[in-house]
Amino acid sequence: MRLVLGSLFAFVVAAGLGLSATWFALSRDVAFGGVTIGAWTAWPKIGTTDIDPYARAVVAQTGRLPVGSGDGLAFVATADDAGHPFDGRCEVTLNGTTPPARFWTLTLYDRNGHLVANSVNRYGFTSQEIVRRSDGTFEVAIAPRARPGNWLPTAGIDRYVLVLRLYDTAVGVATRAGREAPMPSITQGACP
Amino acid sequence: MIRLLLWLLGGIVLGGIVHLASILVLPRTATQDAYSRLQPTTPVNAVAPLSLPSPDNTLLPFMDPAFAVAVCRYDLGGGPLKLTSPVSQAYTSVTFYTRLGIAYYAINDRAAGRRTIELDLMTADQRSQLPEDEEVTAADRLIVESPTLTGLVVLRALSPEPSAMPLARGVLAAAQCRPNPQQ
Repeated sequence: MRLVLGSLFAFVVAAGLGLSATWFALSRDVAFGGVTIGAWTAWPKIGTTDIDPYARAVVAQTGRLPVGSGDGLAFVATADDAGHPFDGRCEVTLNGTTPPARFWTLTLYDRNGHLVANSVNRYGFTSQEIVRRSDGTFEVAIAPRARPGNWLPTAGIDRYVLVLRLYDTAVGVATRAGREAPMPSITQGACP
Repeated sequence: MIRLLLWLLGGIVLGGIVHLASILVLPRTATQDAYSRLQPTTPVNAVAPLSLPSPDNTLLPFMDPAFAVAVCRYDLGGGPLKLTSPVSQAYTSVTFYTRLGIAYYAINDRAAGRRTIELDLMTADQRSQLPEDEEVTAADRLIVESPTLTGLVVLRALSPEPSAMPLARGVLAAAQCRPNPQQ
């Protein structure tokens, strides 16, 4: 009797613990081998057959098609440089330059990876569209209401994700530090 | 008391195994992976354009709205496929995904080095069955080996400005994915 009760107890613990850990890993997008530069993180192995089992599960579960490593690399940010999570009601400024790449795109998604409806139908910028300063750096205002210059509307949603994709770039698995790959800084300013 | 702790410890160890096993098994049981999502709307072994991502079009998450995208959902059961795509002025890439969404090969227009991207897609078995002399001429043709019998070829053409989108879509409209006539 004791044996039955004991093993039942162990099985319940195992199922509860194991499955909740799985659920947690999937909902948090756990992946290994990330390259973090400032507020940005990229997972170069996600675009290769060396993709780790956790990222593999997330990819299959969410229906994503990761950028292949021969194509480019995606950097993701969900918080500013100081670690404050993005809030669509606040004003966020992206400032600086990007690593060398033939093209890049910046896109704003909600947390499920869907584009966010807004009055001007702007979901992001490409490297050709962006208005730069004379030294080649640029500034993007990510805010709920219209701003002069490069304005990326948030439509006031609670949380969002920024993805900066570099196409045809040397940045990849071997990249270690921000010196090789200068990413734009992100600062969250005034919130209403 | 000690016995209870031992059972608990056993449960925790077993829980770790359950966790790892479920992570490994999950991709095979997923019903919402990219291939499954595209299955109802795309033909097999033919190139089909995908509608542009928008707040209402949520077929695939995290798609880049600056790109025109076309998909060839392939099945190599009937033999190898030949994929050809013209390249746009800006940037064009072709990425190959397994049935479970793993990007196993990607090439862009510059790496392909030509006006058109031309690739032969086959399984490892089909490649080993290629006649010897073909292997020689294969030097100047790109052969991609698919680890799975089915999968996705995703063609992407960049539209650097919104006004260039019709052009990018036009480029992909000329892309082809068809059974190789020589086989």
